[in-house]
Amino acid sequence: MSLQVELEQQRNVLIVRLRGELDHHTADIVRFKMEDAILRGRCDHVVLSLRDLQFMDSSGLGVVLGRYKLVKGRGGRMVVCDAHDNVKRLFELSGLFKILSFYDNERSALAGLEVVS
Amino acid sequence: MSIDNHMKLSFAARSENEAFARVAVASFVSQLDPTLDQINDIKTVVSEAVTNSIIHGYDNDPSGIVHLEVEIAGDTISILIRDEGRGIEDLEIARQPLFTSRPELERSGMGFTIMENFMDEFEAVSAPHQGTSLRMKKRIESKKALFN
Repeated sequence: MSLQVELEQQRNVLIVRLRGELDHHTADIVRFKMEDAILRGRCDHVVLSLRDLQFMDSSGLGVVLGRYKLVKGRGGRMVVCDAHDNVKRLFELSGLFKILSFYDNERSALAGLEVVS
Repeated sequence: MSIDNHMKLSFAARSENEAFARVAVASFVSQLDPTLDQINDIKTVVSEAVTNSIIHGYDNDPSGIVHLEVEIAGDTISILIRDEGRGIEDLEIARQPLFTSRPELERSGMGFTIMENFMDEFEAVSAPHQGTSLRMKKRIESKKALFN
């Protein structure tokens, strides 16, 4: 499998670290793992940590947008951190840049969420 | 520097082959010495086109076959990705950003927009039940040429 999903809960925040390549083939794993953790866990917010995400295409945008709607529908926020330039470019092109907040690293993303929670 | 070269691949419409296709093309075009950004653009458009054929052309039926041809002429890469699937009824609508015929599959509707943005030339030919062909071109300004 070319994508690994690592989940870590820090207080009311779920940190999702994606490692590898996110495309149509690997999108389902991200969808199921995140959905399961969000619906079962006690998290309000999600940090999508993308330092080790080497590749993403528009299938990735679809799965991110879907989880954003889920988190937002439950009254939480989803933020993105550490995205490579090529991944950022897709977020910009699709307009997702306007509805998600972007941070340089996990620490600043968590700090950013603290302010609003 | 001028290279003339070409390659052809046909593979089953299985989602595992999306990664295979983009890595194969990236590896083939590396002889033009592209930048990492250019390689990434090419990998992304191949991934978009092959994914479209698999999901929309063949409805995830692995008995479908996706055809991929790449040609290098001078400093320009031409990519043809073709399927014999169900085809696209209205290409104008399909090319609109955020349009998707399959919202239930969480498609972002950005595939065509990305291909048009990342390549210098883009052309789509399709008709219902006659498959879809996407032709794209990108010029690679060789790093080598700058130093020669």
